[in-house]
Amino acid sequence: MSPVTDADIARARAMMPLAFRAPLPVRLRRLALWAGFTGLFLYCLIAFGFLHIRLFDPETWAFEPWRTFYAWDRREEVWVFSATLPIDRILTGIARFGQVASFMFPPHVWDNWRDFSEVLEGLGETLSMAFLGTVLGAVIAFPLSFLGAKNINRLNFLRLGTRRGYDVIRAFETLILALIFIRAFGLGPLPGILAIAVSEIGTFAKLFSEAIENSSEKPVDGIKASGGSRLQQIRFGTLPQVNPVILSILLYNFESNVRSGTILGIVGAGGIGFLLSDRIAAYRWDEAWSIIFLIIAMVYIIDGLSGMIRRRIIGEWGNTR
Amino acid sequence: MTATADFAAAGPINGPAAIAAFERDYDVQRRAARRAWAIGTALFFVVFFVTAWLGDFFKVTQVTQLDGSRAWRWIIPAGIPRLGEFLEKTIPVLRWDSLGADLAEWFWRWKIWLELLFETILIAFMATAFGVVGGFLLSFPAARNLTPNKWVLWVTRRYLEIARTVPELVWALIFVFCFSVGPMAGVLAIGLHAAGALGKLYSEVNENIDMRPLEGVKAAGGSWFDQIRYGAVPQVLPNIISYTLLRFEINVRSSSIIGYVGAGGLGQEFRTALSFQEYTDLSALFIIIFVTVIVIDYGSEKLRHRIIGMEDRA
Repeated sequence: MSPVTDADIARARAMMPLAFRAPLPVRLRRLALWAGFTGLFLYCLIAFGFLHIRLFDPETWAFEPWRTFYAWDRREEVWVFSATLPIDRILTGIARFGQVASFMFPPHVWDNWRDFSEVLEGLGETLSMAFLGTVLGAVIAFPLSFLGAKNINRLNFLRLGTRRGYDVIRAFETLILALIFIRAFGLGPLPGILAIAVSEIGTFAKLFSEAIENSSEKPVDGIKASGGSRLQQIRFGTLPQVNPVILSILLYNFESNVRSGTILGIVGAGGIGFLLSDRIAAYRWDEAWSIIFLIIAMVYIIDGLSGMIRRRIIGEWGNTR
Repeated sequence: MTATADFAAAGPINGPAAIAAFERDYDVQRRAARRAWAIGTALFFVVFFVTAWLGDFFKVTQVTQLDGSRAWRWIIPAGIPRLGEFLEKTIPVLRWDSLGADLAEWFWRWKIWLELLFETILIAFMATAFGVVGGFLLSFPAARNLTPNKWVLWVTRRYLEIARTVPELVWALIFVFCFSVGPMAGVLAIGLHAAGALGKLYSEVNENIDMRPLEGVKAAGGSWFDQIRYGAVPQVLPNIISYTLLRFEINVRSSSIIGYVGAGGLGQEFRTALSFQEYTDLSALFIIIFVTVIVIDYGSEKLRHRIIGMEDRA
């Protein structure tokens, strides 16, 4: 076998051009897509102030590209040259972030019980917000989910209407719901719980009804054949198949609510987020970093625990069935 | 060992003795299951009441009664009428014969809101772009089968975990201090969080790829970089695009509220309307965000289905 020469490649290329490069319309479409993305990206870089690029005078629209490097000193009334002016904002930001990050070392340790118990209480509040929000959301969503399952609810218009309803609830932002509930129930963890619960109703109802739809009809047929009522068919035919899935969804959403529960405090809905935003507002970065690391540790522990429970319960149930 | 042999070892399969043995075994199993159920339920209720107590479920609050005196009431029934009052205030006055003027009054800041909505979507776009670049680059060292060595794996995984565990609103608080108020802080905050989340998803995709193309590139003398570029990337690209679109939806939601801490977008208008007690503005902003989220979810879902369809046809 002789080695492939350049002439061979050229011949193959002439014979089957499409094997070497995409046809022209595809290439043009790709080029347009990339050009669009790059253009939008560059526009955003300048509009959002990442880069200071000034080609025109903002008032007269005269072409003055030198303004990219010259800044107007208002006190001295002169133009000051600076070579780093286009990226000044990024540089300042990074320097300040370095300053903020330097407060991580040495980490702040609470030396008296009064301050530390406050932080522990915040962590506990966040956990209870996530737990109660998940439980309340699931309790309300469970009956609703049967309305959205194809094998339970055979009325098409009602089922599709219910599904759109789930989508509408899911589109509510948890933080905005928290703001509304704070107005009614005052500052504290309660509005956070209700906000999590309401926004979880849509998610849970959707996921549960999908789980119900994915269950097998065979056990249901068996119960029907031995004379079971419709309620018994659901109770002993469908639910045992659905329960492990529901439990796994609950655990997973509990984890994600622990993460999202930390931010609810920033608007005043209790928990560790309230303490964290308080410390950041007071520029007590050392304490803020310690709280952030405690949050990360808490999320780690919760993830580990819920993984353990999931393996244990679902593993056991998986073996017996 | 066959099933018959199992049965033979277990004793007779017919007769009263077998039935008694079955009943006994069933009883034991049943009792164990009941005990586990009882313990689980008790544990659940203990946790429920402890968390309910921590979560202010049993708090009492002062309410004004009809005769003007103040009385202590449980917070939940006391709060629900307040919730109703608040929601009632956000409903604008819309009359049929002056509908246009009423709508114009309801959305009186529509020019500023439209501008800010545009900014919100651009923040989500930029954040997704940064998140994709960061997540994509880090997903290869963070995948068990592709990582150059195990220290790189450990460091990238911890970095991604920290980036996605800290919520974007907390990053926004920090970046607003560092990079000053404006959309730049929001882009960096959401981008960092998105990089952490996407890096994890991408690295899971990377761990499920077929390793044979990479071996082919290695056999032809390719470096680690060549193996990734020509062996791994073409396999993971459709999944990556699908995850990216999903992330864009999530980023639109977060960028619409990130202005609450001063990081650009519509969220700052929310804060202003809340503090000025402009209740109808709140409902207008709510509707704007709601419609945007639904439209973007719908569009991106259609696009994702098309991409998945393309993959199936290919």
